Amino acid sequence: MMNTNQAPAKRHMGLKALNRASNTVIYTLLVLISIIWLIPFVFIVFQSFRVESTWQVGYVIPKQWGFDNYIRLWNTDFKKWYLNTFIIAVAAAGLQTIIVLCMSYTLSRFRFKLRGPLMRFMLILGMFPGMLTMIILYRVLSDLGLTQSNAVPGLILVTVASSGMGYYVSKGFFDTISKSLDEAARVDGATRLQVLYKIILPLAKPIVIYTILTGFMGPWGDFVFARYVAMGTSSGYNVAVGMYSWLTNDQISSYYTTFCAGGVIVALPVTILFMCLQKYYVEGVTGGAVKG
Amino acid sequence: MKQYSGLEILRLSKWQRFLYKLASFFVAIPHAIVRLLAGIWGAVKGAVQKIGSELKDIVATFAKGDWKTKTSYLIMGFGNIARGQVLRGLLFLLFEAVFIFYMVTTGSYWLSMLGTLGTTGPTQAYDPIFDMYTVQYNDNSFKILLYGVLTIFFIIAFIYTWRVNVKQNQIAEKILASGKKLKSGKDDLRSLVDDQFHKTLLALPLTGILIFTVMPIVFMVLVAFTNYDGAHNGFSNNLFTWVGLQNFNTMLSWSAGTSGTQSYSATFGEILTWTLIWAFFATFTNYFLGMFVAMMINKKGIHLKKMWRTILVLTIAIPQFISLLYVSKMFAQNGLINLMLMDLGIIKKALPFWDDPIWARVTVILINVWIGIPHLMLIVTGILMNIPADLYESARIDGANAWQQYKKITLPYMLFVTGPFLLTSFTGNMNNFNVIYLLTGGGPTNAAASGAAGSVGHTDLLITWLFKITTGAESQYYLASVVGILVFIVVAVISLVVYSVLPSIKNEEDFQ
Repeated sequence: MMNTNQAPAKRHMGLKALNRASNTVIYTLLVLISIIWLIPFVFIVFQSFRVESTWQVGYVIPKQWGFDNYIRLWNTDFKKWYLNTFIIAVAAAGLQTIIVLCMSYTLSRFRFKLRGPLMRFMLILGMFPGMLTMIILYRVLSDLGLTQSNAVPGLILVTVASSGMGYYVSKGFFDTISKSLDEAARVDGATRLQVLYKIILPLAKPIVIYTILTGFMGPWGDFVFARYVAMGTSSGYNVAVGMYSWLTNDQISSYYTTFCAGGVIVALPVTILFMCLQKYYVEGVTGGAVKG
Repeated sequence: MKQYSGLEILRLSKWQRFLYKLASFFVAIPHAIVRLLAGIWGAVKGAVQKIGSELKDIVATFAKGDWKTKTSYLIMGFGNIARGQVLRGLLFLLFEAVFIFYMVTTGSYWLSMLGTLGTTGPTQAYDPIFDMYTVQYNDNSFKILLYGVLTIFFIIAFIYTWRVNVKQNQIAEKILASGKKLKSGKDDLRSLVDDQFHKTLLALPLTGILIFTVMPIVFMVLVAFTNYDGAHNGFSNNLFTWVGLQNFNTMLSWSAGTSGTQSYSATFGEILTWTLIWAFFATFTNYFLGMFVAMMINKKGIHLKKMWRTILVLTIAIPQFISLLYVSKMFAQNGLINLMLMDLGIIKKALPFWDDPIWARVTVILINVWIGIPHLMLIVTGILMNIPADLYESARIDGANAWQQYKKITLPYMLFVTGPFLLTSFTGNMNNFNVIYLLTGGGPTNAAASGAAGSVGHTDLLITWLFKITTGAESQYYLASVVGILVFIVVAVISLVVYSVLPSIKNEEDFQ
């Protein structure tokens, strides 16, 4: 009796010790990972307060602290870039959400004859490198007078117009809402439009917020096309294009810390917004992204 | 290759089984390609048959139809109006009027010039009053190609609408013959928010895609068959024109460049190889490391799960251009890391993160891990939570250790569910412009390849090369277009082959 009881207990003890050891390893790794992932951002913040020099140095903690770089930001075109990006982000968040939701809701809920071919067609369309169309879109926008200093409306137009292709995530979400809800409402005499705004939209709040959030965040990092459309006219830049010009070989030595300050100013509101709505973002990514 | 049945496979050793699976994957590829070609052939045959039957139907409708139907063949919407469906009829009529007006006024011009893309370039006219030459712009190849394509789109739309118009007459006749009533304009409007609601919803998004995605792609595909570049911009210096397959010949020929540089095809091959290597590592390092991190955080008994996750998610929020540019400068020759290590006396000379081809390639892959893991961690966490817990329970009772559980349960499940996702992230990484361009700008320069077009670097992907060709000094748009088409072909072939070999081709309806 004794022996048979002891053996499992012993094994149990061994497992426990093993478990504790592996947890220690995991904690160490997690702390290490957290440091690696956060450190560049901590560095940016430190360097943005450095007063004594504007170029790259071999230490992180400033010798002399101050807001010089932020004041300097104010005297560049940065405000204009910031405003441009903000306008694009708000417009994209609004209009793009409408387009994406129309598209994904329809493809999730309706079974019409051209649905399959349409989805296959868009899948194939997505395999073309989008960058290729930059040339012609630029020419078309410039014929409309929407380039250089008028780049903002041009960028909004292009961003929003082609956003219908990105319906996958929210379609995945709509697919998870039970269809019997629609059918019940239809039996009660509701039109499709009523079904959409009375039943589906309230349930789809997470994905609506997700779409707005990603729509808002996208333009802050929009770089290639924005640069091509602005074509060297500073007043048409967005933050990414403008700040990129600070890090070219001939500018970096005088603008490096200004870049850091700008980075902080750009990242702050986006990050705060993101952290507030994090729940919805996680839900969107984990729910819809994989199902596609 | 010998085919094994299910039982025979079980009898093989682990190693043999692996080899067998690997071999069957590759054996399946030719089959997949054959099936693909057969599919395309079937689609073409189907389309031809469909057009044939449509034509037959059109003739039959005309022969059998009454005078209202017959008149509709010429005056669209006439039948609708005559039978009381005024709204529909007027829309058809309006469309026909607009079409004819457009074709007569401008459409025919664009169409007639499409064959040559313009004949007269800019000319100089002598102005005797001011005693100077003024430039006169004549044909514009760019506009001819653009509006020519649009006109063809319009004609196709017209033919389709005309066909719908004929069909409507046929249907209306049938309905009236059976003694039922036709839908009124009010019914039509109502149906747009009800059983035809999808048309209302899709109208705006599809118009946007048509104008800002489809049309540009068609245009750029056509550019590959012209000599459109900086020196032939179509209106202010030289016109451009059709050159057939010449650009594809240039790109795929093996002959070296004039100044002893390597051929385009060699450069293309080099960049394509790196693009595939990059896509492979970028996808799978992120995938497995992301899975690893997610599993660590999810492990039972680990506290502060939310905090670890938040720390990683935080990095997603920060716009990529900031993190990428900053990190890129951090690793530069005179960047933070090198300076710090030198100040500490660990190294004497700066490490060549961006200056040595191998260093640069490894560094971009590592930094991409830094960029990508938080995202993967989120996705994987979602899936991990869906794995039925009793699977692990019974595995534990059977005495499986953590590694065995991972290998036998987690990994197969993950691979099965994320197969399509892996494919899209592979093709996405092939076209991952931002990471490469913002980190290295394609550098360090690949001297041997740079003669071909643009200044090619060792970390250049096809997509960044395309960008460099486009924005380079010579603006060889036609070459960029050829590269774009080749990228499309590579991506499409990979996708189709993998899709048809993947075990987890899912039926969409299964999810609902």
